[in-house]
Amino acid sequence: MSQPESAVADAQAGGRSGQEPLSKLAKRYGLRRAIARPRFPAYLRQLWERRHFIMTYATSRNVSKYSSSALGQLWQVLTPLLNAAIYYVMFGLILGGQGNIEHYPAFLLTGMFVFTYTQRSVTAGAKSISGNLSLIRALHFPRAALPLAYAIQELQQLAISMGILMVLVVVSTGALPTWFWLMIPVVLLLQTMFNVGASLAMARMGSSMRDMNQLLPFIMRTWLYASGVFFSIQEKVVESLHMPQWVANIMYANPAASYIEFMRDILIPEHPVPTWAWVSCVFWAVFALAFGFWYFWRAEERYGRG
Amino acid sequence: MAELTEELSQVKAEEPNVPNKDVRVHPNPEPPAPTTGTPTVIVDDLHIVYRVYGATSDHEKGNAVHALTRLLKRQGRPQMKEVHAVKGVTFVAYHGDAIGIVGRNGSGKSTLLRAIAGLLPPHSGSVYTDGQPSLLGVNAALMRELTGERNIVLGCYAMGMTPAQVKEKYDEIVDFSGIGEFVQLPMSTYSSGMGARLRFAISSAKTHDVLLIDEALATGDREFRKKSEQRIKQIRESAGTVFLVAHDLRVIEETCNRVIWLHKGKIKMDGDPKEVIAAYNKG
Repeated sequence: MSQPESAVADAQAGGRSGQEPLSKLAKRYGLRRAIARPRFPAYLRQLWERRHFIMTYATSRNVSKYSSSALGQLWQVLTPLLNAAIYYVMFGLILGGQGNIEHYPAFLLTGMFVFTYTQRSVTAGAKSISGNLSLIRALHFPRAALPLAYAIQELQQLAISMGILMVLVVVSTGALPTWFWLMIPVVLLLQTMFNVGASLAMARMGSSMRDMNQLLPFIMRTWLYASGVFFSIQEKVVESLHMPQWVANIMYANPAASYIEFMRDILIPEHPVPTWAWVSCVFWAVFALAFGFWYFWRAEERYGRG
Repeated sequence: MAELTEELSQVKAEEPNVPNKDVRVHPNPEPPAPTTGTPTVIVDDLHIVYRVYGATSDHEKGNAVHALTRLLKRQGRPQMKEVHAVKGVTFVAYHGDAIGIVGRNGSGKSTLLRAIAGLLPPHSGSVYTDGQPSLLGVNAALMRELTGERNIVLGCYAMGMTPAQVKEKYDEIVDFSGIGEFVQLPMSTYSSGMGARLRFAISSAKTHDVLLIDEALATGDREFRKKSEQRIKQIRESAGTVFLVAHDLRVIEETCNRVIWLHKGKIKMDGDPKEVIAAYNKG
């Protein structure tokens, strides 16, 4: 310890002439890279071990989110209701989008609530990494915990709004619930699987493309219009715009429209639905979930960089 | 994990292949475990580059024309600056080491810690560690609007504890923080000292193999400071290796057996605390 200059550091490092390189030394003592991406099954297992954190984080965010507004958690229901009211006036009454649709209020409300669920999950997912950089740079956990927590937060909110939706549907159609309503949790499960996958994929995109948050509202608006939330796709596209049937089919096959149509099929009596809608629902759920996890995991070690 | 390392260090103790033995001098009355043992952290020619957003200079403020020409010329966004914070750092830390890191603001101390913790990816070079190093600090996981109670649970889970562990540690955390009945109130109602005390109490509730402490000692009033220094000492003794970043050189001299001086992202000096700190104070 006689030369107190940077030479000391160099002497310890590169200058360890004749000695094994540091990577070999690390290997000999069984040291591992500090930032290695675990294999995919191990990653999922780590994520499962963090389930308490994910649940607590989601609940905590829900509690703290509305703690400053007077109406509190009521906004979770008020927001889609107000949206539905605006669309009812705009498209149902003024522009005559109602057309021949039976039970138009129930039709609109179902579309609005189901679409809002996916929209909120995807939008929240896109911010889950980029908005939590300080957390990512401070603690160690599988990063997928964040988009997952955001998706679960939306699921918790959905529980309330689904209850309201069912009441409103019964009131507006005047038809009592049938045994078929037992399928509602199945649709929601499929939709949740899709939402989780989509928000995982969006989380990765949002972490590297900062403009995503500016772009998302427009993408969401377009998606809303393409999913037949306030008009019947079949009626509008094929019957009044005289476009070929396959255009309508593509629109029906998009994930949001699939879940909306499936839900309408359950809730609204005599609502015509393409028979293959449920196939599309299952496909999107499985595909999005698998792809989302895989795509997110691929960049696991890079999320801290910003 | 800690036991395993201990065992290993006994087995490997005979191996003489340990560099820079001569640098070790123990100024402390109670010397930490012998450093001629197993390496726990190896940093090999580490470079860290991270991105900073929103740092626009005046003449290229974000107007649309500029943005468009930039896109057409395929230039990066000017709001995004790359900071080369750590430039080729190499060292080996051993079991039982308590390493202080000193340096001016912006010399890359915190970045280096985050890289060792595996939170920031290296641009080039690598970090090898034994077990999972952890940063002492859960501030980022806590939410101001929530009660202290909820934050304790949230913070513990964020550090990876199980529900049983959280239950076990809960009372201890409340006691140690000394916030008493305030634990029922949202953290936004706390004084800054109380908040700092609770945060420290939560983050120090877990034991770690390799522990990284970033200026944690500068919190709370005098009494709590004493308490927390005591706690750090305990943690240090149970942990395999400790890294400590602090501006208070007295703390570093008291607790560390080795000091690394970082200057502009490079190691300027590495060795005995007294010598390095003396040189640091001169320079």
